Amino acid sequence: MKGSGKASVLPGFGLSLGFTVLYLSLIVIIPLASVLIKTAGMSFSEFWAAVTNARVLAAYKLSFLTAFFAAAVNAVFGLLVAWVLVRYRFPGKRLVDSIVDLPFALPTAVAGIALTSIYAPTGWVGSLLEPLGLKIAYTPIGITIALVFIGLPFVVRTVQPVLQDLDKDVEEAAVMLGAYRWRTFRRVILPELIPPLLTGFALAFARGIGEYGSVVFISGNMPMRTEIAPLLIMTKLEQFDYAGATAIALVMLLISFSLLLLINYMQWRYSRRVQAG
Amino acid sequence: MRIEVRNVTKRFGSLKAVDNVSFTIGEGKLIGLLGPSGGGKSTLLRMLAGLETPDEGDIILDGKRVNDVPPQKRGIGFVFQNYALFRHMTVYDNIAFGLEVKKAKKEEIRERVEELLELIGLQGLASRYPHQLSGGQRQRVAFARALAPRPSLLLLDEPFAAIDAKVRKELRTWLKEMIERIGITSIFVTHDQDEAVEVADEMLIFSNGRLEQQGSPVEIYRHPKTPFVASFIGESRMLQHPERLIGFEEAVGQGGKSAIIRPEFVEVGKERELSYPLSAQRGVVRQSFFRGAHLELEVEVEGNRLIAYRSLDREPLEPGAEVLVFIHRLYVLDGTSAVLVENPLKTDPMPVHI
Amino acid sequence: MAGAIHAHLSDAASDRPAHATESRGVRIALITVALLFLALVILLPLISVIVEALSQGLSVYVESITEKDALSALRLTLITAAIAVPLNTLFGVAAAWAIAKFNFRGKNVLVTLIDLPFAVSPVISGLIFVLLFGAQGLLGPWLAAHDIKIIFALPGIVLATIFVTFPFVARELIPLMQTQGVQEEEAAATLGAKGWRIFWRVTLPNIKWGLLYGVILCNARAMGEFGAVSVVSGHIRGQTNTLPLHVEILYNEYQFTASFAVASLLVLLALVTLVVKSIVEWKSEQRPAESEGGTG
Repeated sequence: MKGSGKASVLPGFGLSLGFTVLYLSLIVIIPLASVLIKTAGMSFSEFWAAVTNARVLAAYKLSFLTAFFAAAVNAVFGLLVAWVLVRYRFPGKRLVDSIVDLPFALPTAVAGIALTSIYAPTGWVGSLLEPLGLKIAYTPIGITIALVFIGLPFVVRTVQPVLQDLDKDVEEAAVMLGAYRWRTFRRVILPELIPPLLTGFALAFARGIGEYGSVVFISGNMPMRTEIAPLLIMTKLEQFDYAGATAIALVMLLISFSLLLLINYMQWRYSRRVQAG
Repeated sequence: MRIEVRNVTKRFGSLKAVDNVSFTIGEGKLIGLLGPSGGGKSTLLRMLAGLETPDEGDIILDGKRVNDVPPQKRGIGFVFQNYALFRHMTVYDNIAFGLEVKKAKKEEIRERVEELLELIGLQGLASRYPHQLSGGQRQRVAFARALAPRPSLLLLDEPFAAIDAKVRKELRTWLKEMIERIGITSIFVTHDQDEAVEVADEMLIFSNGRLEQQGSPVEIYRHPKTPFVASFIGESRMLQHPERLIGFEEAVGQGGKSAIIRPEFVEVGKERELSYPLSAQRGVVRQSFFRGAHLELEVEVEGNRLIAYRSLDREPLEPGAEVLVFIHRLYVLDGTSAVLVENPLKTDPMPVHI
Repeated sequence: MAGAIHAHLSDAASDRPAHATESRGVRIALITVALLFLALVILLPLISVIVEALSQGLSVYVESITEKDALSALRLTLITAAIAVPLNTLFGVAAAWAIAKFNFRGKNVLVTLIDLPFAVSPVISGLIFVLLFGAQGLLGPWLAAHDIKIIFALPGIVLATIFVTFPFVARELIPLMQTQGVQEEEAAATLGAKGWRIFWRVTLPNIKWGLLYGVILCNARAMGEFGAVSVVSGHIRGQTNTLPLHVEILYNEYQFTASFAVASLLVLLALVTLVVKSIVEWKSEQRPAESEGGTG
């Protein structure tokens, strides 16, 4: 039985909880509140104008679309990578497994300059595609590729444990009923993987919307075309348009928090079904 | 389906899970594979299904060698210990699965699923999901799902192990009725003797990967052929000094053979209660347990501790009471065989109750 | 997002009988596609940093990373991490202790709050501190009156870094300590042990690998944080530039080789982090009993 606060035999509840709450208040809650306080100081029409002008809308659209496509690509390939890591043997598997975490551990600025140098017209890949008329750097496609890099571990790492713990019985039952691999995968295995895939997708998506460092180099930052929302905030700050920056930030925060709640909800529902099943 | 297993061996690493096993099973029989955990029964069942491949030997179904035939093609239904229902599919879809694989028409599928739902007594639950069902209901759905594609053989791997004790008995009787009604050859694996004895037409006893004996429950009870079977079946006990029991000195002899006894072989009581008081021995009651339907006595006779039953109609016997003990028969173990030896000092054999 | 992003790789799952896996051809094809994807998306950038860094030879490389501004950027990065990581570790341990060993109302809210920085864009993470402590911020006038500089100085950088990286240790420890349960600690308490002793001798040995990984990850992210620090630092060369910001400056000035040279240091840091992660996972696989509490 866990300690129940007051009557527990374990010490340190007050101290640990108190410190935790204090830390959170100072570092998280109060600073975040400043966004609300600042926007409260604006009139509604000012606020509305700040968040709905054409340039801002273009930035939102760009951030959302690129994050969405990148997360979708990661959903497909992340599933593939997780499958291959869990189900097959091949030389160097452990090494490959470690590499999947690189985007998670690598500073975003480093990723940014590396990706730009590869996909710029003079880069390793960019120079191959240039003669075909395909531009990657300084276009939304480049942004999407950077976001694919960033989001991959989220999908792989949410799918992997679920795949690993899959009941062998159920696949055997399908086999005994006459099903071969593709049908077994489609009707028995894949439905089990949809929840973690959705969670991974949402995580990658949320991360992609707010991503700055790995995108800001490859995007070229042309307003209305390749200017992502976080960069727009940065630009407004440099112009001392605090109100404008904050307004945009508030909208992004609201969306991010909604996504966070959605993710937590999905995970809660999934764990409930798993227990009942 | 006729089944023949010939010299089948299966190794996991250096361990022989199944060791040179051979047997045949006739059409339409309900067979129980019984034995302690790790005895190889489940492995053998899975080899019949095609979920494992024998390292040596042949598996022959209906006269055809099927070692290389994939499980999908063997026409076998399998019921798993933990049901293995498809939990994101309804009961209907679970049962229909095998038929959909065969590309049956929607109408056919619906008819067959409804037929089976009625058979298992779960009409009206077709659109429920597995997590909304009890353990017993889930196993019944698993049973229906396995039967839907009309297999020629039904395999069940410890089908009642995951079910509550109370529901288990009902389910087991139900299963036997169902299988007899349908008439399909069935093999089930269990480590529960009572279950095997109650359900199976024929039992195969396994231990350490070897087939110890094959026969009807009565046969196996009355005539165990190996020491393992003799001690595994029934409430058997090894005797410490069998040569000291009157009537069996010669049978046990100086060779130091072991012997096994069962409570039903032992008659305990006062002089006037016994069938053959003149050939009985003295003994002392050490312990007495009330077992609901009868009294269970632990009696010491010449250094041997025996268990005997005493009817509640008779005067109870307390620890310390001096009694007379008559042993009707023993299993004498001689190397790899077990021989039933009747007590030569009685002239009428006593009817055997199992 | 309560759990950390972790997985254990077991080879046992890879040995499957024929009916439970794809045909050889399909397997090879899938493995090839997966590996090609990974090589393109992940390996290529990694290799490019190293190649570009050394593209003008070893002496230029060494010169780039020992140049005055690079060194002060390195110093600033190290100092920031040296402050942020221990504080966040303390927080992580305290939060995990409170959450894993006790029941109280609002626990879910607390856990969600801890996950917050993951949902916030790095730029916004920096913005909020500017709003609070900047010259035109809520506390701006007060700070100016007392001649305290937070934004465009070390304190601001440290604060922004703390915000972005504080969940890492906590998220590692919370599920770990929850799985381990309270039984060992309660047993120690009934034997008369006091708070610190219980933590030091009972809890800490059980969580040491998870703690190590959390700290390493927190450190990697603290040293590598870019967006948030970019907002609060003011980009003052030689004074308020961390290593990632220095990389950006060099790149924007078209000093590509130097930029990649400095970046390679951060790559090294990332690789060390991955190696430590592998070791931690390998260790925890070896002793599964350690992560099992409760049933004793």
